[in-house]
Amino acid sequence: MELMKLINALPGAAAQGLIWGLMAIGVYITFRILDVADLTVDGSIAAGGAVAAVMITGGYPAWAALLAAFAVGLAAGALTGLFHTCMGIPAILSGILTQLGLYSINLRIMGGKANTAISANKYQLMLSLRNVRTLAAENPIFVMLLFTAAVIGALYWFFGTERGCSLRATGANPQMARAQGINTHHNILLGLMLSNGLVALSGALLAQYQGFADVNMGRGAIVIGLAAVIIGEVMFGKIFRNFALKLTAVSVGAIVYYLVIQAVLWMGLDANDLKLLTALVVAVFLGVPFWKNRMLARTRRSGGGGRNA
Amino acid sequence: MLKIQNISKTFNPGTITEKTALQEVSLLLREGDFVTVIGGNGAGKSTLLNAVAGAFPVDRGSIEIDGTDVTRLPEHKRARFLGRVFQDPMTGTAGTMNIEENMALAMRRGKPRGLKWGITPAERERYRECLKSLELGLEDRLSSKVGLLSGGQRQALTLLMATLQAPKLLLLDEHTAALDPKTAAKVLEMTRRIVEEQHLTAMMVTHNMRDAISTGNRLIMMNDGRIVVDVSGEEKQKLTRKDLMDLFEKAAGKELDGDRLLLS
Repeated sequence: MELMKLINALPGAAAQGLIWGLMAIGVYITFRILDVADLTVDGSIAAGGAVAAVMITGGYPAWAALLAAFAVGLAAGALTGLFHTCMGIPAILSGILTQLGLYSINLRIMGGKANTAISANKYQLMLSLRNVRTLAAENPIFVMLLFTAAVIGALYWFFGTERGCSLRATGANPQMARAQGINTHHNILLGLMLSNGLVALSGALLAQYQGFADVNMGRGAIVIGLAAVIIGEVMFGKIFRNFALKLTAVSVGAIVYYLVIQAVLWMGLDANDLKLLTALVVAVFLGVPFWKNRMLARTRRSGGGGRNA
Repeated sequence: MLKIQNISKTFNPGTITEKTALQEVSLLLREGDFVTVIGGNGAGKSTLLNAVAGAFPVDRGSIEIDGTDVTRLPEHKRARFLGRVFQDPMTGTAGTMNIEENMALAMRRGKPRGLKWGITPAERERYRECLKSLELGLEDRLSSKVGLLSGGQRQALTLLMATLQAPKLLLLDEHTAALDPKTAAKVLEMTRRIVEEQHLTAMMVTHNMRDAISTGNRLIMMNDGRIVVDVSGEEKQKLTRKDLMDLFEKAAGKELDGDRLLLS
């Protein structure tokens, strides 16, 4: 009986994981490709949700709401990028500034309310959690699989183009990039826009899935995104070399994250402690490469000393 | 090909770390000139190269490359004129990208980068041919990450990338200094060959007197941000280390500070 509860929760976790996986792919673009930790995402995911919710309640079709959310995400990323490149503010702080500003903007978008409901009864939505256990085309897992495949395909194409390659070079070695005639400022701006566009898109999908947008829905999003990136790398880093597969690993990482969350909740963890657990898990995984290097250095040193003795 | 007129640069002006790195430096390079730049620590050799490359704006003076005034152009816009190899082998290539991707980036130096595919099968063949000439076996490793290569291999690749599209000016900033002597000699030999084959105009900073004397058709020596010795043509051909030290003493009014110069 208890186990059934967990099994029943799994499809929801998978759907949520796929939605957040899209967001995590956005985080991957900044964190791994551009080598920038961008905290804008906490604000831009809520902005995407808010815009989508308001557009849908205003009678616009869901696809238009998604487009608008994407555009708002691009704008949010652009703002962070301008703070960073034109005003010389460190990337992390630029993201925090935009994120803070977006809180007010998101409240304005939703007409001063902290949340906006979009019921699947009243509106034609692209996905809803009520269909998560039905075996049909409306199942959000199926919808999200299509979305994820399309996004990964588009990014695979883009990062293979001349412009996409120059973006990767900007993150890998900015000095080399400039020596090859690449405007690194433009590329950082472009990367931040693209990333936040995807994050806002996932916010719009999340709002539809859960049936509401909330001004706080993005709190800690960056940490969930990082968790997904890291879980994906730990699981598949050794075997996935292809860029499309690496992005797939991020999406799978997000699914695993939500499955694990469901499992620990089922085992009796207080839902209020979830964010603490996430923060600690991410801290540990971010610290692992550092400690690994230190351990290696130590064994090398002692090994060398042994030979000298 | 390169016309530097009275450029000056002071770092951190008005602070305790104020450092005048270049003082009224002028230099004219003709097409095909291969000049070696030598001098002690803090003489301004690398600063001169970086001023040409646009790593920072100069305080005064002007820089022209191939008739274009580049004094106010940012680094990435000057790149279309320049091929650059740096002292640190890590600097000139993107370690997390593979060999052919790095070469494709260099192939598009100074050109607009659009949404065309970043690397075509035809150019891949060309890269294979170019790499073969290095004789390092890299032609079979086009899809290896550059981070896996040794310092010497990376430096050779950087040199190849810098000259893939013939630059108006090749800037070599102590590009053999971080390599072991054997590899350094190999990379220097490669440099001479490429410069000769492509008839490039080049500037090479070095702290190795012997290399400075044996390479190129012109030698300048810097001290305290000024060019104090400038020899070329036949005079340079006959130059010895002793001559060079005497010249320096006469021009700078002090003995050559050889703490980093290799006098061997």
